[in-house]
Amino acid sequence: MSNVHPYVGRAHPRVDGALKVTGRAKYAAEFFADGMVYAAAVPATIAKGRIVSIDLSAAKSAPGVIDILTHENRPELPDSDEPYLNDMVAVPGSPFRALYNDRILYSGQPIALVVADTHENARHAASLVTATYEAETPTVDVAEARHEAYDTFEPRDGIPPPPPPRGDAEATFKGADIKLSESYRVAPEHHNPMELMATTVIWEGDGALTIHTKTQGVNNPKNYICAVLGLDPGKVRVTSPFVGGAFGMVLRPQYDLLVATMTAIKLERSVRLVLTRGQMYTMGWRPDTLQTVALSAKEDGELTSISHHAIQATSQFEDYQEPTVNWSGLIYDCPNVSLKYELAKIDVSTPSDMRAPGAALGVCALEIAMDELSYRLGMDPLELRLKNYAEKDQNDDKPFSSKELKAAYAQGAEQFGWKDRDSRPRSMRDGKELIGQGMATGCWEAMMQPHGGRATLSAEGKLEVACGTADIGTGTYTILAQIGADALGLDIDDVTARVGDTSLPMAPPEGGSWGAASAGNAVRVACTALKEELLKAARGLHDSPLANASLEHVSFANGKISLVSDDEKFVTFGDAVRGSGSADVTAEAMFEPDEDFAGKYASYTHSAVFAEVRVDEQLGVVRVTRIVSAIAAGKILNLATARSQILGGVVMGIGMALHEETMWDKALGRVVNANLGEYHMPAHADVQNIDVIFVEEDDKANPLGVKGLGEIGIVGAAAAIANAVFHATGKRVRDLPITIDKLL
Amino acid sequence: MMNFSYTRATTVGDAIEAVAGDPHARFIAGGTNLVDLMKYDVERPGRLVDITRLPLKDIEDTAEGGLKIGALVPNSDLAYDTRIERDYPLLASAILAGASAQLRNAATTGGNLLQRTRCYYFYDAGVPCNKREPGSGCPAKTGVNRIHAILGASDSCIATHPSDMCVALAALGATVHVEGPDGARTISFEDFHRLPGDSPEKDNTLAHGEMVTAVELPAPRFGKKHTYLKLRDRLSYAFALVSVAAAVELDGDVVGEARIALGGVAHKPWRVPEAEALLKGKLPSSSAFEEAADRLLKGAAGHGENDFKIELARRAVVRALFQAAAGTPQVQSSKIVN
Ligand SMILES: Cc1cc2nc3c(=O)[nH]c(=O)nc-3n(C[C@H](O)[C@H](O)[C@H](O)COP(=O)(O)OP(=O)(O)OC[C@H]3O[C@@H](n4cnc5c(N)ncnc54)[C@H](O)[C@@H]3O)c2cc1C
Ligand code: SF4
Repeated sequence: MSNVHPYVGRAHPRVDGALKVTGRAKYAAEFFADGMVYAAAVPATIAKGRIVSIDLSAAKSAPGVIDILTHENRPELPDSDEPYLNDMVAVPGSPFRALYNDRILYSGQPIALVVADTHENARHAASLVTATYEAETPTVDVAEARHEAYDTFEPRDGIPPPPPPRGDAEATFKGADIKLSESYRVAPEHHNPMELMATTVIWEGDGALTIHTKTQGVNNPKNYICAVLGLDPGKVRVTSPFVGGAFGMVLRPQYDLLVATMTAIKLERSVRLVLTRGQMYTMGWRPDTLQTVALSAKEDGELTSISHHAIQATSQFEDYQEPTVNWSGLIYDCPNVSLKYELAKIDVSTPSDMRAPGAALGVCALEIAMDELSYRLGMDPLELRLKNYAEKDQNDDKPFSSKELKAAYAQGAEQFGWKDRDSRPRSMRDGKELIGQGMATGCWEAMMQPHGGRATLSAEGKLEVACGTADIGTGTYTILAQIGADALGLDIDDVTARVGDTSLPMAPPEGGSWGAASAGNAVRVACTALKEELLKAARGLHDSPLANASLEHVSFANGKISLVSDDEKFVTFGDAVRGSGSADVTAEAMFEPDEDFAGKYASYTHSAVFAEVRVDEQLGVVRVTRIVSAIAAGKILNLATARSQILGGVVMGIGMALHEETMWDKALGRVVNANLGEYHMPAHADVQNIDVIFVEEDDKANPLGVKGLGEIGIVGAAAAIANAVFHATGKRVRDLPITIDKLL
Repeated sequence: MMNFSYTRATTVGDAIEAVAGDPHARFIAGGTNLVDLMKYDVERPGRLVDITRLPLKDIEDTAEGGLKIGALVPNSDLAYDTRIERDYPLLASAILAGASAQLRNAATTGGNLLQRTRCYYFYDAGVPCNKREPGSGCPAKTGVNRIHAILGASDSCIATHPSDMCVALAALGATVHVEGPDGARTISFEDFHRLPGDSPEKDNTLAHGEMVTAVELPAPRFGKKHTYLKLRDRLSYAFALVSVAAAVELDGDVVGEARIALGGVAHKPWRVPEAEALLKGKLPSSSAFEEAADRLLKGAAGHGENDFKIELARRAVVRALFQAAAGTPQVQSSKIVN
């Protein structure tokens, strides 16, 4: 029996865990229909230029081939950007159109789609397609495009441009005695979710389609595909009940959706397209970014100026943007701040949001620079942060809705044993290894979105809570079930959560860490509406013991609605449902974030990350032996799934610090390590002790008090490790990942 | 990935005949490398001859006091065989430094010898590569080459042989038994793999249709005085940037015989007998080990991104020799370099 309320706030196991480990959770590539055909994409081998000709002869005569689509024979596609901009996560520019024309915009761009009777035959025939190109010389290194960087772009929806300068950072810096100005680079990365991109389109007949696609929010691909292919939204259903990792990669519809759906309509058959692991490196990535941070301070550590400049890569056709430098005006109290953000175009696919977009890069540079400053000052790195603690958001001149970062610093430092650290670099060793300890601050915005929710109670007392969000592995199913169980006083085993279906109430894509706050509150308000409905039905019963009661007079528990003042007076859920005259009682509601509150307060999550590394002095082998990540992120709905969000973020931070790098060949414009063997993510051996602390934080931005956790775990983690490597070795590495060669 | 036919061989003779008679046929053992290469369209065999049912799975004692390892003994079984653990711990250690447990379970002794380079460009059928398509060029020379060779490379190819196991086999002086359409022969380990020269498409000296049937180890030596030290881009599940198999025999206080083989630096495990000879009669010391390392790395040249490997290899050789001489071999489960 797990009926112990409240569920919210406890470490409840994943309600979908058993489905996942037994293979019953269905992913996009696992849906099937009779007569289904299989598609395989053929990627371009050049990065820039145009297709002169495509030779399909060998592929056409290969066994099982049904059709091959190219830009020359594809069904009609709209020739203006507008339909393609029906993408809630679109960025300014001209969205990519697969199989549209002969232009090659990046290596790996699909040039043909082979359709066959089996997946294997499709792959085989795809390997027989050859093309000739008129190739131009590509540029894939942002450093080579930096002289053409520009800041004259249309801002991306939802991404605040850097705030205007405050004070005079330049003059202050010039006149300062204690200062530094350094450049930083973090290697470009790819998301590498375990699940491959896939779309299965089920041809339901009569123009109706059910599309199963890997996405962080079903409504976005639905709107997009209906607009681009001119489909009747009433005939299209999109589902994505389970997602095997996403990290931002599938916020936007990718080309698999368009080409698979176009093919299904053309052939009037069900189609499945699964991309290869290599093709996963030809879309969405964390952009290569060149950063310069300049800091000046008084002798006591008080910051006098901060300047942060970033040049970020984007594609030739879109101005992808993320908030990279803004954090430098926010995290510390400083009167003179100058922030600049520019883009530079290279011949790659458009970057995309990747876990803590902007912050993961920008805060990393700032926090390494702060560490450097602490050594200049001869001051403890944590002391320096406390000295410059920001009590309000200076970018927007607002108080924080809550900010328990000080408690995070204190509890993290205590758990880590920070006070025992010898502050001198190279001062701690054990045998052949140098020991280093470093720390960093992390920060991420706490956001919310308008969000629909639905709650349905059956006469048997089973509750279903539902909304069109996605569970990308974060634990959404579980927290929604917890919230539902608490609202109706039910055993959680009597609650089912449903997400990932356009037949469910409207939800935005799941991203930006707004999922828990938005979907969670949507389910909460839907449950409140359901309780109203149930009470109404109960009141209407003949001789109802609740005749004049309103919601505040009753409680919902143990399958009954009872008077608070006299719990002998009650109506069972079953009687209430039956009294409604229907088989079940259902209520839908919209959660609307409190705009007034958002206008008055700034809401952020914070972290204090402490890292210990051991570095072989001669050989440069780095081991991250300990990490303590202390998180202030409002109310924690589920301690188990929350902890695993932070662990995942920290592991990605280890990857950013030491391992991960998408490597392009500059002449060919092609990713060379497009597989999980050569794109190094941390292996188990690289991940040792990680302690997660959730600091108590009371936040009023929404009734649940939730701020969201998806991104904060990665922010600051890489910087803490890089700072620890400096403390160990005395060597400052400013281009991550810190591989062996950089420490020799 | 392309379509292919598949047959399962029941005798060594049948298998050889099937492959030798068809230039597009390949043996398949564990498949951990070949299937990957097929998925990348690098290998496009018309026919696969599965040899995994052949009776080549035993480890037998030899008259010379060594062991003869069947070509189909899985890497895991070999590493955990009690005779190997006891008498050839260097080999066990090198195997366990490689790949992952799952891969080692599937990978075979013969397949490990014949695994192909991990050069990025070799794996990408969309770009030129002399090893894959002779004469098409070598983009690695001016491209992403941090994992490439610093020794024995040629103008046409700078790839490395990626195996860990083979580095230990080279140090131990193994012999490879092969059988082909023209009968059986043995190849000393140093002659098995070759340098790229101007025919980088050939990794080794096997003819098409020749099968590795066994790998023979000479009588055991070196006791506990050995090590396998592997340096890589993460602590597990990555190929070596540089690895060192080292073994020494002490004659009183001084070195009697030493063996040093390097992995990750050349188209084959790299041994230089003169470097090993330099240690003879020397007290184990930094200066003696550095001298040997310098000799071993004589002529080493980087190609830009892999320049660091020269210094890394030098330091790794010195550390490995200390580990070996002290009888404190690198432990593969702990990532602390002792
Ligand atoms: C992700 C990944 C990581 C890896 N990491 C490492 C590592 O760190 N260190 C390391 O050493 N290795 C590593 N490996 C490689 C692994 O060791 C090899 O793939 C394996 O040893 C090959 O053995 P197999 O039996 O699977 O060969 P197969 O794939 O079956 O065959 C490989 C080749 O050998 C030929 N062949 C097989 N057996 C014979 C025979 N008896 N006679 C003649 N020809 C034969 C085949 O025709 C084929 O050309 C890794 C592999 C992967 C996929
Ligand atoms: S190094 Fe060898 S394998 Fe790599 S691209 Fe050059 S020729 Fe091909």
